[in-house]
Amino acid sequence: MERNPMRRQLAVMRQSLFDQGYLDEQFVQLEELQDDANPNFVEEVVTLYYRDSARLILNVEQALERKPFDFNKLDGYMHQFKGSSSSIGAKKVKAESTLFREYCKSGNGEGCMRTFQQLKKEYATLRKKLEAYFQLARQAGPMETACHPK
Amino acid sequence: MNSSSGKGSMSTASSSAAWKAGDAVPEQFPAGLRVLVVDDDQTCLMILEKMLRTCLYEVTKCNRAEIALSMLRENKNGFDIVISDVHMPDMDGFKLLEHIGLEMDLPVIMMSADDGKHVVMKGVTHGACDYLIKPVRMEALKNIWQHVVRKWKDEWKDFEQSGSVEEGDRQQKQSEDADYSSSANEGNWKSSKKRKDDEDEAEERDDTSTLKKPRVVWSVELHQQFVAAVNQLGIDKAVPKKILELMNVPGLTRENVASHLQKYRLYLKRLSGVSQHQSNPNNSFISPEEAAFGPLSSLNGLDLQTLAATGQLPAQSLATLQAAGLGRSTAKSSIPMPLVDQRNIFSFENPKLRFGEGQQQHMNNNKQINLFHGIPTTMEPKQLASLHHTAQSIGNINMQVTSHGAQSFQNNSLLMPMAQPQSRGQVLNNSTVGHAPTLPSSMGQPILSNGVAVNVSPRNGIPENIRAPGYNPVSQTSSILNFPMNTASELPGNSFTLGSTPGISGLTSKGAFQEDVNSEMKGLGEFLSSYDTFNDLNQHKPQNWEIQYVGMTYDASQHSNSLQDNLDLMQSVLVQQGFSSGQVNGQNRSAAVVRKAMFSAGDSTEHVNAQNVNQHLNSLVENTIRVKSERVADASAANLFPNHFGQEDLMSALLKQQEGILPAENEFDFDGYSMDDIQE
Repeated sequence: MERNPMRRQLAVMRQSLFDQGYLDEQFVQLEELQDDANPNFVEEVVTLYYRDSARLILNVEQALERKPFDFNKLDGYMHQFKGSSSSIGAKKVKAESTLFREYCKSGNGEGCMRTFQQLKKEYATLRKKLEAYFQLARQAGPMETACHPK
Repeated sequence: MNSSSGKGSMSTASSSAAWKAGDAVPEQFPAGLRVLVVDDDQTCLMILEKMLRTCLYEVTKCNRAEIALSMLRENKNGFDIVISDVHMPDMDGFKLLEHIGLEMDLPVIMMSADDGKHVVMKGVTHGACDYLIKPVRMEALKNIWQHVVRKWKDEWKDFEQSGSVEEGDRQQKQSEDADYSSSANEGNWKSSKKRKDDEDEAEERDDTSTLKKPRVVWSVELHQQFVAAVNQLGIDKAVPKKILELMNVPGLTRENVASHLQKYRLYLKRLSGVSQHQSNPNNSFISPEEAAFGPLSSLNGLDLQTLAATGQLPAQSLATLQAAGLGRSTAKSSIPMPLVDQRNIFSFENPKLRFGEGQQQHMNNNKQINLFHGIPTTMEPKQLASLHHTAQSIGNINMQVTSHGAQSFQNNSLLMPMAQPQSRGQVLNNSTVGHAPTLPSSMGQPILSNGVAVNVSPRNGIPENIRAPGYNPVSQTSSILNFPMNTASELPGNSFTLGSTPGISGLTSKGAFQEDVNSEMKGLGEFLSSYDTFNDLNQHKPQNWEIQYVGMTYDASQHSNSLQDNLDLMQSVLVQQGFSSGQVNGQNRSAAVVRKAMFSAGDSTEHVNAQNVNQHLNSLVENTIRVKSERVADASAANLFPNHFGQEDLMSALLKQQEGILPAENEFDFDGYSMDDIQE
């Protein structure tokens, strides 16, 4: 337990992200990579993710505007997106992208569109939550890597 | 590290060298391992880089496959291992994998968010040494060094065995070029073998022996025991089991004997065939190849010499071969074995090179192989030419194989120079009992060499030589070649004889061959691509290779048109064997081609091969392969091995022959080729 109240708050926030299924074990892997040499590694990675994936989201948007749907292309974009999302531990986003791909494979355009809307929502929600988390982390000052049972 | 041989002992630069020299992994290993990470996803790249750095590896990241490839090309010894994503916008990960396998022979780990079975399988068949599912965890990366060590060990082993012996042999070979009497060859072969054997024993390392199945080195004494046993039983009645019992050598397996027997039979056949075809163009055909194999022969111990002795290989070929073996990229040597999967061919050669040349040769081979490099996966006119070349080479190899039986290894090298399709074809037919039709088989063999190394001469147990990882692919390729040849329907005997050029050349001459060649080329191209992967696999399964290959070849004969089928067969066979199925896939195509080539190329041998193949195939795959004769199995095995190499050569040889015929046609038209011919 962190003695610093801010850190305690940070820990609570972090735990809820896991409990609510926004993040998974992969996020912990990132945290473990953070060290003195790279004190903001996790934040940097997440920032990079949102920057890169924004492009993919846009591609999917545009592809969904062209009828008929090019499911192969859509699947391709989503495959990439899924890879990125999974590497930062974005659990819900990853689940939505998996579902999207299923719809692509079965040629279900409606399903794709619905899922994509949901995906964008999760994607945005996670972004907000992580931004808040990192902001608090910066305020809380340098702290050890999150402790969690290995 | 091999100052003596001049070969770079380890392709992995200093670390490996140091490692090898010390005979023990450096203290700080695997720290400092130089990893190249390729992924178009920046996020993943960043994470991987950090993870690898945490493992104390030296990381270079790259988000474009093309850039990564040029980085690798510029600095061949700059990296120890490559990790690459499967889905990349500018180049397919598997393609990159093949390139790397062919050109640099580095271990490659594939990764993807895709965990579908077929994708993972593809990785395996293409020769990836591992497949990671994203998101990648640190634990998974911690142990990637094992793949590097594994490769080192293989290389080291090859090197050790072939090192000094090669050099001595090479010189001997050259002087013996003109002296191709079987006894002379025998002597050379034996001496080289002996040397290799000594080397092997001297350098025996615990780690390697425990990790890998020790390759059987057919020393002079061992071979003498073998021959004695065979003579005692009678060549017709000599079966591996009985021979093994008679020889009573601890540690020798029935498989070792079986493959060695096959080679031996091929050798004998070739000898008898050679005498008949002294004046055949084949001779000339063979010569260049053989010549090229010269040095290689030393590697194998004898093939070249034997071939030369039999008159099959014109001195010229021999020179070429030798040059090839030495790593000089003689024009011939650089047989475009594209179809076969350059990598494989290379691998095939590598093992050989190892013998005498070590890394350098290996590199050279690479170069040669690289020629094809540009070819893989797509059959282009260039490929076609390569096919020819390959065919030629295959032819050569086949020849080699037959002559030496145990030379499977050499054969590969021989194949390369096959400049003269014709001679090759004939030679192939005659000598390569196993070779013939099974050009593909030779090809296949090489493939085996990769992982199989041991199997190179699947039947003959020559595998030892083949060890080169790349080898396996070669085998595969050969099989492919064989297939096409067979499919040409006349296959083994026919296709080849069609053009009157036995072996691969035969194919071309046939005209039908052309088609075959075309297809083969195509197939080879594809094959080659898949070959790479194969190489990686080579490390593992020599034995399987044989069988697989056989299966494949057989298939080819079965369906004149069903290259694909054959390929599939090959694949299945290979897969069954445990071979990198990935390679099989790629090879399928080439296999088909190869088959055609093989078949057409080797009339007599084809038959033999076909038969062998058939046998194996049948057993392996439930294809409708016709098992023509018992012996074929052996022969094909032998052929298989050299085919790999030879196929390319053969192909090229064939192609050359067909000059004007082949041209850019990639269409393979197996129609009209009936497998019936294959049957003796």
